Amino acid sequence: MNDWPALDRFLRTDPRDVGCAQAMEMLHVYVELVAAGGPAEQRYPGIAAHLRACGPCGEDFEGLLAAVRGEAD
Amino acid sequence: MVMMPVNRMAGQAPVTAPGLDPESAWWLGVLTETGPRREAALARLHELLVRVARAEVARRGPRVRITGPELDDLACQAAADALMAVTGKLGQFRGESRFTTWACKFAIFEVSAKIGRHFWRHPAVPLDAEDWDRLPDRFGFDPAQEAEWRDLVAALRRAVDDTLTPRQRQVFVAIVLNGVPLDALVVELGSSRNAIYKVLFDARRKLRSVLVANGYLRDDSPGNS
Repeated sequence: MNDWPALDRFLRTDPRDVGCAQAMEMLHVYVELVAAGGPAEQRYPGIAAHLRACGPCGEDFEGLLAAVRGEAD
Repeated sequence: MVMMPVNRMAGQAPVTAPGLDPESAWWLGVLTETGPRREAALARLHELLVRVARAEVARRGPRVRITGPELDDLACQAAADALMAVTGKLGQFRGESRFTTWACKFAIFEVSAKIGRHFWRHPAVPLDAEDWDRLPDRFGFDPAQEAEWRDLVAALRRAVDDTLTPRQRQVFVAIVLNGVPLDALVVELGSSRNAIYKVLFDARRKLRSVLVANGYLRDDSPGNS
């Protein structure tokens, strides 16, 4: 059993997952915390869980983080 | 952080708001004024949003099959719409981040939405097709183990047929079997990202539960289903 890690990861859901609306509402706060090296996952575990599972929101997170870091250069 | 050079604020009357960093307070103050200072600030904010949107479409470009002038048009449209969103939502900025980080978020969202809409200009698959042959590649099944995963795929297909609601099935088929991006499906169904994600979330939970109950996956994580 569980010789199908990609399928298992995809189907596995995290009850802490806050969903897209809440994650996107707080994305700017979460990104600044990550960029500053702060404990983003500990402070916002529901957002962290969501960003791991939701491709589009994860993409938005990566994009905003890149923007924040890029503009700081 | 997204910083505005301090010297750009020199000589301008500071507008303060409780709890905001000085730079964010300046942005918020000047954007709620009328007159040439606001116009200049809008122009500068637009420059920032264009820069961020261009960088974002360039970052995503190779994966979304958009190139050249079309990609730049998309970035410029995203920046313009983001500027509208920011100016329309100024009252919602609560100072939990820098103003510019909050504003850049809308540029990223607009890029996502526009890439989702762009997908349907050249759709690769009809929405209602069910391409189960894609599943092994989608989840990296080893051809050498085909005898084993054929049973798994058959069980998953039965679970899709027997346990999902019509809406869950529609979303699962479009995203998982047909490779439709979630944001593109949002456009096609006239829904929201949050609503489609929730449908898929519930479908994933149901399907995993069935596969665990039938011995295809191991339930090794208490609290998760």
